[in-house]
Amino acid sequence: MSENSENVDASRAPRRIGKPASRVSRLFESRQLGWAAFAIAVLFPFVLASNYAMSIGTTAVIFILLASGLNIVVGYCGLLDLGYIAFMAVGAYTSGIISKAWELPILFTIPAVLLMCILAGLIIGGPTLRLRSDYLAIVTLGFGEIIRLTANNLAITGGPSGIYGIPGVSLFGLDLSGPVPYYYFCVVVVALMVLGSARLGKSRLGRAWRFVREDEDAAEAMGIHTYKVKLAAYIFGAIWGGIGGVLFASHLSAISPQSFVFLQSALVLMAVVLGGMGNTRGVVVGAVVISLLPEFLRDMGNLRYVIFGVVLVAVMVLRPQGFWPSRAYEPDLPPAVNDDAGGGPDAPVTTAKGGTP
Amino acid sequence: MSPLLEVNELQIAFGGVKAVNGLSFSADAGEIVSVIGPNGAGKTSAFNCITGFYKPVSGTVTLDGADITGKRPAVIAATGVTRTFQNLRLFPDLTVLDNVRGGMHLYGGQNFVDALFHTPRYRRSERAYTDEAHRWLDFVGYKGGRGIPVRNLAYGQQRQVEMARAMARKAKLVLLDEPGAGLNHSEKRDLLELCRKIRDLGAAVVLIEHDMGVVMEVSERVVVMNFGREIADGTPDEVKRNPAVIEAYLGKEDEPGPDEAGPGGPERGES
Repeated sequence: MSENSENVDASRAPRRIGKPASRVSRLFESRQLGWAAFAIAVLFPFVLASNYAMSIGTTAVIFILLASGLNIVVGYCGLLDLGYIAFMAVGAYTSGIISKAWELPILFTIPAVLLMCILAGLIIGGPTLRLRSDYLAIVTLGFGEIIRLTANNLAITGGPSGIYGIPGVSLFGLDLSGPVPYYYFCVVVVALMVLGSARLGKSRLGRAWRFVREDEDAAEAMGIHTYKVKLAAYIFGAIWGGIGGVLFASHLSAISPQSFVFLQSALVLMAVVLGGMGNTRGVVVGAVVISLLPEFLRDMGNLRYVIFGVVLVAVMVLRPQGFWPSRAYEPDLPPAVNDDAGGGPDAPVTTAKGGTP
Repeated sequence: MSPLLEVNELQIAFGGVKAVNGLSFSADAGEIVSVIGPNGAGKTSAFNCITGFYKPVSGTVTLDGADITGKRPAVIAATGVTRTFQNLRLFPDLTVLDNVRGGMHLYGGQNFVDALFHTPRYRRSERAYTDEAHRWLDFVGYKGGRGIPVRNLAYGQQRQVEMARAMARKAKLVLLDEPGAGLNHSEKRDLLELCRKIRDLGAAVVLIEHDMGVVMEVSERVVVMNFGREIADGTPDEVKRNPAVIEAYLGKEDEPGPDEAGPGGPERGES
């Protein structure tokens, strides 16, 4: 027993955050959960298909997209962005202006939207990402306002009254602009985008983002060009936001600068923080709560924002890591299990000897 | 052939303080070189300068004949330099395996398109990353849990993980900043063994160490620094007898008490 004690000590004792998966956490981490959420979204119109419910549902789904995009920037990479809604504005205005000017179907504007979002990511991220934490937050706040004020003052963006009559979505001659079809369209697009952001998080790039979040200097010492990696996070965030903007513009068929105020940025950030930074599932839950809670509280009249605020404060006090934080845990597979060999170091086979006596 | 690492007349200043003031030394592949010196001699500053975290005022650093002076740390790392830090710089909330994968970023093998569509390339490279991470953890003799966050590990294990991460870079030059700080006697034994193993892979190992026992036993060459420059450079035996070294450590007259307690942690050096 005594010879074993060291091993037991090493693997068991310090596991607090990274406990081995219990049945509950295995349920929470199962792959089917994404499908379950998708099924709920698909079944929702069968329960409640009023125009009002569909509009709320569509808004919530778009909000999920925004939150999963901001999660790339804030959750994965740890860059506090207080002006995220600016990217949504860029996407919405680009698609709105182009589709109106050339009478294009809105989906045809997506290449231009992607281009503009990448450009916006480069322009906003380029100079700011050399800054660290607090300074970055302030500058992103400023950029968010600049985009909104620009939209408010340019003729091409329609000034304060914005753009009207943005067309709905049609796909292969199929008109999807009705409330229910458009809701389904958004569900599919957003599900794919959310899956995309989750997959990015589990890739080499996603790991690099986390390394930067955890310790920028150490990441740099390991050969990770932290500036480029942060810029990549920003650009992906911008693309997600921009697509959100397209869906938003097409949903409301009208956009104006009032849609892109700081409060919106704050709400998206809240969804990310409340749900659990860095965990896609948590962020989706956070986004649903943030977008639907005020609707459920609608009967309360003016009191509803008070209650909304109290709930948020309570959650943050009781569970500062969010509803569903990312849990650093992976199976402890010994290398013998995976048998295909790479070019490793010479013969470190001596697992039996050495070590701490 | 010129040596792998060549540091020539390196200078860094912080305000008026010249932390490194004309340091020159070299290290060859397959060689263990220790850098020692009293506190504030400029050892860590020199490391930070070689790895690009500080920009030198003057002087040059060449690796394998290529000038890497003043380049960005990531660029220098990519040319084949890896390091550990004096006070552990791990990614605390990530798993042990992920930390080691941190050293493998430059292996590449996938891009974001692969990740988005889970192409075979992506699966293959993820698999390779994991296998390699296990292999390097074995290499450093790590025995703890591997899927748990490093935050939860004991100090000695965290040191091992940092070592595995540094080694996973597969660099030509390995800089270890006080790898023995805070380790107990037997852990230090393992460390010596590990340093030799790294050397035997063909890398040049440069380490800062306060424990004279470790230094004298493991190094092929010792560089002694004081006031920002080298005052002696030679085999352990040569250095031990060098009057300038004795003076730096013990003072001119026979004052007692070698002042060598490092800032990193408890020292058990037998000098």
